[in-house]
Amino acid sequence: MDRASIPNHRPPRREQPLAIRIAHWSNVVFLVIMAGSGLQILTAYPALGPRGEQYSWYPFQNTPPPEWLTLGGWLAGGRHWHFAIAWFFVANGLFYLIYFSASGEWRRRLFIPGRDFGNAFKQFAYYLRLRKNPPDPDFYNGLQRMAYSSVILFGVIMVLSGLAIYKPVQLHFLAVLFGGYDGARVVHLAGLCLFGIFVLIHLILVATHPRELLKMITGGHRA
Amino acid sequence: MPKLIARRKFITGAAALSLLAGCESRPAGAFLNLMREFNEKAEEWLFSPSRLAPELPESATTPEDAFPQYSILPEIPEAPPDWILKIGGLVHRPMSLSLDDLQRMPATEMRVQHHCVEGWSAVASWRGVRLSVIAKMVGLDPSVRYVEFKSFDANYYSGWDLASAMHPQTLLAYSMNGHPLEPGHGAPLRLYSAIKLGYKNVKYLTEVNFLPNKIGGYWEDQGYEWFGGV
Repeated sequence: MDRASIPNHRPPRREQPLAIRIAHWSNVVFLVIMAGSGLQILTAYPALGPRGEQYSWYPFQNTPPPEWLTLGGWLAGGRHWHFAIAWFFVANGLFYLIYFSASGEWRRRLFIPGRDFGNAFKQFAYYLRLRKNPPDPDFYNGLQRMAYSSVILFGVIMVLSGLAIYKPVQLHFLAVLFGGYDGARVVHLAGLCLFGIFVLIHLILVATHPRELLKMITGGHRA
Repeated sequence: MPKLIARRKFITGAAALSLLAGCESRPAGAFLNLMREFNEKAEEWLFSPSRLAPELPESATTPEDAFPQYSILPEIPEAPPDWILKIGGLVHRPMSLSLDDLQRMPATEMRVQHHCVEGWSAVASWRGVRLSVIAKMVGLDPSVRYVEFKSFDANYYSGWDLASAMHPQTLLAYSMNGHPLEPGHGAPLRLYSAIKLGYKNVKYLTEVNFLPNKIGGYWEDQGYEWFGGV
């Protein structure tokens, strides 16, 4: 079959196209600043729940996060960093999502349960040593797709819950979505924890599969 | 050894960023100032003069001993015996109002959520006079754009945009949860608004000045956001 007869033919893309690499490494910088300044802000009131009714289920009530994890020096500094970089974080996220959808990259990256659930399950069984061999990956394995797709969702939830905390009156509908201002603070902190868990696992897996790190730098092969 | 390189890169990156934040380096400071001005415009753009904060049921009220009381003076500021509120600036009829005068004016009561810049919330009901009612009484010069609120709590003060000051939920409040303001909450009179962060709501009021020029505030001058809307 000659090329012209293939509809919508495009030259093959690298495994990690430039747009994705740019978004990924920008996100590393933005996420570090957002997390550090966010923890600085949390330090001012390291508790969940309104005054007089702090939630009894939260184990770290009135325990500030470790200082070495904070960025901004004091509450106002933390807020300025947080609200400054938030725009870049959102812009980078939109850039990624637009590229992700428009380029068709979503086909090999998005977790589609019908296609990926079985593969994810087998990969999980492999990690638990219940299976001898990992399932055949199709660019990414099902677990990777699940992780990379959920972290996009975490990002959206972080932005929306953050806006609800920032403007609980002007954006009251967002605060309602998260169970009010104090509910939005819970979601925002839970989102940070999920991001933290994702990054931790991500770094461990990258450390054990260094070739993947190189791909995120050079782009890898044209697939 | 890409594994080590990755980790080292990550750690040095994080360290560089925290240094940047810690020592107020000039480029970082200039960037943050630029973004702060941008965010102030965004806050002003997002603010709607007619959008109301939801009023809450009595059951939502925070136990009063759990509602924090902040002041600048080390002890709770005490009102002078001859306390009076001065309304001035570019107004047609400057006024001095006693607490009795204020209590005879049309009152508004609202139970709303309080948002502190530190991150906590609390709920109380506040009764007082809408600042917009007082503005009508004194008659504002068309050049007025800002409002200055002064207090007898050391040199505590705050400057507001006129639109927020004229919001129907911005009160000069003399009562909290159905009783006269307690000294810890700003007696005899405080500014209370549902649409600003706590530090914008000046307690222990002495003066309200309607001005054409923007002025700062106690915390604002030290680096906190000037608009401080919620």
